Amino acid sequence: MIGATLQRSSGELAVLGKDPEKFGPQIRAHLGVVPQQDNLDSELTVRENLYIYGRYFGLSKKFLIPKIQELLEFAQLEEKRDVKVEALSGGMKRRLTIARALVSEPEILMLDEPTTGLDPQARHILWDRLFRLKEMGVTLLLTTHFMDEAEQLCQRLIVMDKGKIMAEDSPAELIRKYVTKEVLELRFGSDKNSQYVDQLQQKCDRIEQLPDRILLYTNDGETLLTEIIGSGLHPITSLVRRSSLEDVFLRLTGRSLIE
Amino acid sequence: MKLEVAQREVSRFGALYIVEARFRNMFKWRSAIITAAILNPVLYLLSVGVGIGSLVNAKQGVGGVDGVQYLTFLAPALLASAAIQGAIDEVTFPTLQGFKWAKNFFAMNSTPITGNQIALGVYIAALGRTFVTVVIYWLILLIAGALPTGTAWLAMFIAMLAGGAFGSIMLYLTSKVEKEDFFLTAIGRLIIMPLFLFSGTFYPLSSMPLILQPIGWISPLWHATELGRYFTYGHSISGLMIGVHFIFLASLLALGLKLAFRNFTKRLSK
Repeated sequence: MIGATLQRSSGELAVLGKDPEKFGPQIRAHLGVVPQQDNLDSELTVRENLYIYGRYFGLSKKFLIPKIQELLEFAQLEEKRDVKVEALSGGMKRRLTIARALVSEPEILMLDEPTTGLDPQARHILWDRLFRLKEMGVTLLLTTHFMDEAEQLCQRLIVMDKGKIMAEDSPAELIRKYVTKEVLELRFGSDKNSQYVDQLQQKCDRIEQLPDRILLYTNDGETLLTEIIGSGLHPITSLVRRSSLEDVFLRLTGRSLIE
Repeated sequence: MKLEVAQREVSRFGALYIVEARFRNMFKWRSAIITAAILNPVLYLLSVGVGIGSLVNAKQGVGGVDGVQYLTFLAPALLASAAIQGAIDEVTFPTLQGFKWAKNFFAMNSTPITGNQIALGVYIAALGRTFVTVVIYWLILLIAGALPTGTAWLAMFIAMLAGGAFGSIMLYLTSKVEKEDFFLTAIGRLIIMPLFLFSGTFYPLSSMPLILQPIGWISPLWHATELGRYFTYGHSISGLMIGVHFIFLASLLALGLKLAFRNFTKRLSK
């Protein structure tokens, strides 16, 4: 809907100050879209894909030739310029799709789960590229299931569950608001975890019992751990870590599987 | 400022950008396209035109079929059916590709390009390729001596009209396809093949039992064949029927495009 292609069932919407149902093409001229599933033209080469997509925006050959060179460098695909898209790896296709979305120098870049299915190297290269775009002043609108991705790239974050907005703020602010600074993870063995919960409950802000471990939310994990061991409890493993957006997300949307 | 200009260009020439992209795709298949365009007429002319033709000519004597040699009688029908086949190939495959397999129509639609422009672009590009096929076919017919009159070149445009009419309807039908499993095979075997056989292609429609003749009447191929024969060897039809044939083909073409435009836009916006 924000991409100015789908019709909305109800409500009001303005993108770049215009109603997308009335001014679809005019709005789309200023958007760059990276869909969840790459929809490149697999029979054409990398360069041709960038070229024809630029043509769809009515851009001239004179503008596109240097622009394509710039985008090939940006996406680290210079060596693959004359290779057919079907021969590219998943990460390369993803980078090409992002480069393609940038051909018209959009004001807003919309990315739907840009790194899903990529290996860690490819993902980090993508994050680096996206961060550079942000530095250059492009607005990124991003959906993701990876909380570390959101933490890396987002200034303003909306947590959604079943179409409802659960929370909205910067990543750091969300962590501050919804969870404690640190989390202490304890394992006593799968069967024994439950018998310690009551005893531990008084010692921390919030406790959560999972099948395999107990999570204790606290502002100082190390001190809490020392205290627990001092009181005669001996967990098999213990881990103190910083709270992350993932904890916020799980707190807000629950742990049961969303199908 | 620059972008405003570009946007005006897209609203005016958007379909041509799609044509450009389609041509780039077809160019990758150029040798296959050209080979098929040459082999198809050569094989038909040798097997049916010459082989069956010698049998028919021997039996019919100097009168021939409809007053001409069998090959001459057959030529415009083969030309039109080659145009129809070419147009169908180039609208069905890219449309399934665009909506289902590669989903690149959705990529096109995330730019200022509209659903109408995508439909029109795919259609024009298909007719462009069909035209290459038709010209090659026509030249081979000419070399084979199957085009005796000076107006025979008009048969190319009749064939294009037939391809255009069938192509626009197929563009619409393919854009409706959600599951492609048997669609193309079903269309080929249940519609195209029967029409090819029952459209007065190999013998005059009038020599068929009256009950089967309506298949010809609704078939774009029959209308195009009648017109083609009129131009290639002076097959006698009334002025009224010439008008009917033209109007039938042109209406089908317009109807198919209108439906295709509507369905492309609808499918891209849900």
